[in-house]
Amino acid sequence: MIVMADVTVTVGWYMILAAVLFSMGAAGVLLRRNALVMFMSVELMLNSVNLTFIAAGNELGLVEGQVAALFVMVVAAAEVTVGLAILVAVFRRRSTANVDLLSELKG
Amino acid sequence: MIEVFLFAIFALVALSGAVVMLTARNPVYSAMGLLITMFTMALFYIMLDAHFVAAVQILVYAGAVMTLFLFVIMMIGVDKKEERVETIPFQRGITFVVAFGLAVVIILAGRQAWVTGSDAFGSPDMIGTIETVADSLFGTWTIAFLSTVFLLTIAAVGTVALAMFGPTAVQSTDEEEGA
Repeated sequence: MIVMADVTVTVGWYMILAAVLFSMGAAGVLLRRNALVMFMSVELMLNSVNLTFIAAGNELGLVEGQVAALFVMVVAAAEVTVGLAILVAVFRRRSTANVDLLSELKG
Repeated sequence: MIEVFLFAIFALVALSGAVVMLTARNPVYSAMGLLITMFTMALFYIMLDAHFVAAVQILVYAGAVMTLFLFVIMMIGVDKKEERVETIPFQRGITFVVAFGLAVVIILAGRQAWVTGSDAFGSPDMIGTIETVADSLFGTWTIAFLSTVFLLTIAAVGTVALAMFGPTAVQSTDEEEGA
C-alpha cells in the first residue's frame, strides 16, 4: 500500500490537468464539424490556459497570474461574441453550421 | 490530505465534463458539459486562493458566455444532428494521435521547466483577494486594462454590425434605395 499521508497537491497536478483539458479542446476543434461545438472547444482551451496561469501565479506568489487570467477572459468574451455573430450571419446565408459544407475556399 | 481528495473529485468532474462536450451529438449536451467544466474550473481557482477570478469565472463564463451559446444553439443548431462523415481520410485517428501527442508534449515540457525552476518558490498566503488583484490591475497593468475597453467596444460594435448587415438587411436597404 502506498503511503498517502504526505501527498499534497502540487502545481504540477494542475499543469497536467490543464494540459489534458487543452488537448481535449484541441481534439474537439479538429474532430467536431459543428462550428458551435468547435467554439466551445476553443473556450475549453482558453480556460485550461487560465488554470495554468493561476496555478503558476499561486506557486510563485505573484498576483500577475490572476491578472493575466482576467485579460484572457476579456479576450475570450470578445472572441465569443464576434465569433457567434459571424456564425449566426453564416447560418442566415447558408442555413448550416457544419464547417465541412463551407468549403468554397478549398483548392 | 483533504485537498488531494478534492482535487481528484474536481479533476474527475472537469474531465468528464470535457468528455461530454467532445462526444455529445446534441450541441445542448456539449454546452452542458462545458458548463460543468467551467464550474469546476472556478472551484480550482478557489483552491488556488484566486477568489476574485473564481467569481468572475462563474459570472462571465457560466453566466454570460454559456447563456450566449445556448441562445445561439436555440437559434441555429439544436435540431440538426451533426454528420460525422470524414472528408479528410483518417481524420479521427489523426486527431486522436495529435491530441494525445499534444498532451504528452505539454506535460513533458512542463516537467522540464518545473525541474529547473521549482526550488525557490515559497508558499504565499491570500494573494487572490479583490484588493491585491485591483492593485495590480489598476497599478502596473492600467494601460493593458484600458486597452481591453477598446477591445470590448470594438467587439460590441462588430457584433451589432454583423447582426445588422446580414443578407436580408442588405436586400431591404437596396430596395429602399431603389424606391
